[in-house]
Amino acid sequence: MRGQPDAKRALEIAAAGGHNLLMVGPPGAGKTMLARRMPGILPPPSFSEALDITRVHSVAGLGGGALATERPFRSPHHTISPQGLVGGGARPRPGEVTLAHRGVLFLDELPEFSRPALEALRQPLEDGRVDIVRGQQSVSFPARAVLVAACNPCPCGKAASACRCGELDRARYQRRLSGPLLDRIDMVCQVSAPPAAQLVDGRNPAAESSSGVRRRVIAARAAQAARLEGQTAACNGEMDTATARRHVRVGKGSRRRLIRSLESGALSGRGHDRVLRLARTIADLGGRERVVEADLDEALGYRLVSPELVAV
Amino acid sequence: MTGGGGAGSPGQVEGSACEHCLRRGMLIGLLAARIADELGSARRNPSAVLALDDERLVAALAGADKRHEAQRFLATFEAAEAEARVLAAGATAVCRHSIFYPTRLLQLPDPPAVLFTKGQVERGFATLARGSAVALVGSRQASPYALDMARELGHGLAAAGITVVSGLALGVDASSHVGALEASGFPVAVLGAGPDVVYPRANVRLHERIEAKGLLISELPPGQRPFRWSFPARNRIMAGLCEATIVVEAAEGSGSLITTDFAQDLGRVVGAVPGPGGWARARGSNALLRSGAAVITRTEDVLDELSGIGVRRKDHDEEDDEGSPAEGGGSEHAVLDALTSGGGVDAACQATGLGAAEVRALLARMEDSGCLHRDVLGGYARGSP
Repeated sequence: MRGQPDAKRALEIAAAGGHNLLMVGPPGAGKTMLARRMPGILPPPSFSEALDITRVHSVAGLGGGALATERPFRSPHHTISPQGLVGGGARPRPGEVTLAHRGVLFLDELPEFSRPALEALRQPLEDGRVDIVRGQQSVSFPARAVLVAACNPCPCGKAASACRCGELDRARYQRRLSGPLLDRIDMVCQVSAPPAAQLVDGRNPAAESSSGVRRRVIAARAAQAARLEGQTAACNGEMDTATARRHVRVGKGSRRRLIRSLESGALSGRGHDRVLRLARTIADLGGRERVVEADLDEALGYRLVSPELVAV
Repeated sequence: MTGGGGAGSPGQVEGSACEHCLRRGMLIGLLAARIADELGSARRNPSAVLALDDERLVAALAGADKRHEAQRFLATFEAAEAEARVLAAGATAVCRHSIFYPTRLLQLPDPPAVLFTKGQVERGFATLARGSAVALVGSRQASPYALDMARELGHGLAAAGITVVSGLALGVDASSHVGALEASGFPVAVLGAGPDVVYPRANVRLHERIEAKGLLISELPPGQRPFRWSFPARNRIMAGLCEATIVVEAAEGSGSLITTDFAQDLGRVVGAVPGPGGWARARGSNALLRSGAAVITRTEDVLDELSGIGVRRKDHDEEDDEGSPAEGGGSEHAVLDALTSGGGVDAACQATGLGAAEVRALLARMEDSGCLHRDVLGGYARGSP
């Protein structure tokens, strides 16, 4: 049995469709290591993407001027200011979200980031662009990155068996995450502590290499590119509501299922679009032209419930 | 309808509160805020005040301004009008002269004159009269262990045909009710506010479910907000209704210990679930064990306390093994076991031999059928929220 199957599957889907992912697990489970694999399973940058990456990095004085061959992975510390995250300053400089353009922005210890910083991140993630206004001028930086965030399941951060957090402590911790952030996250997965053998050997012989995963991601992205040709969206995660509804067709049973979830309040309107996009990516990974019920079920399995829906 | 002091008609529950008792119930509602002032730090034992008769209660509590109002209320009380108010809130009043009033409750030194109830009223009182009832109580700020135990005991007792009574607070109370509901039992909640008042707000769905599937009981009339004294007062009703009171987890000085004090005074069984040594959150319940309360680690321990070791009562063969509809297949069971024993989705993959994609899809279907729910961070727990 391979370790951490849930997180690996979720990372593959996130990479294949460009969906923002939240990983939840105890400290030391390897959330950061898993996130670092993300650039390696995303398709290699195309020539124009490589130019984009290089251009941004040269503005920031990074990269030494050579053409980038890998996608960037940026993991700012949680004490970062809003300006550091999205850019700013007297002479506007790009922030972390721009440096992660065409790559991965990793926010570890998500609840520790300041609310203003997370608030500032919202629009760039939505638009793929940061606009900084300085007097008469305005500067625009690109900011199209996949967001991978990580946090502990509860304030003490211990495993479930050793956790002594009260119900109210946990509710408070979870409430802190709500609003600005969870809004931008498409899927949530769990990261358990890796199997002991893997820790001892440093590697897991049964584990699949990143390149194998990458092959499936590339195939899924190709299917999306063909479907979305001529549209502004390049992958499922970038589809707006209208595009998603046009391109993601579900069967009768799945439709009934979605309607039921909407009516019972288990799914919000925004959550519904998100589940559709996710289900489309899962079908693309499976090489299916149609979204089947199992795809939709799996997509529903990763969805986030909004805090208002959770009784404490 | 307004039988002047006699028992209510046996066929139906409506109107089974006599005028005198109804007046008393409404008076308590009218004076509720003054009772709070009067009791002050003695609010943990409201019996001193609640045992007074109407005139003395008014004399003891109402200040000059309020006294006239209260006396006018007593003089001009119209039973029909009060009854209409109760009915308008969808509630039913049952007084201690009614044949529906639980006889166990009459053993209290100060049984409530009227119980204001909502839900499956007739079935509820029949259930309380016929079978055993056990109160499951504990802290609002409970550990995951205590919440699991509360749910487990609620589930097990309900499946064994025993009525589970609790206070519809957060934490242990809520989990106990949820456990009883999961076993298709008949949950009884005794409230510190009027029977139609949802408190705390977070329990709004649970309140609705208990109203639909069980019984809500309160000493306060409909529309009445809770007071600090009304929770200890509610606790005496829980202790009075039940043959046994089990504390699942309680810190020192916890309100749950008030319930066990009442239960002890009535000579009822008191039990507690042991908590880890040195753990402040379980100090109250562990102290109970030290002073001789029954050690409760599983449903069978409670049954043994009720009817003697190994003896099981017979009146509960109906809904014994009925689980939630989606708990049928083998994978679902393995997934539930893996999740409730503290493992996450990865452990569920390991236990079932399924891939993460299949397990996620299965989880979504189980959630849809109501046997699982998840929190903001995607952690799973049994049942619906």
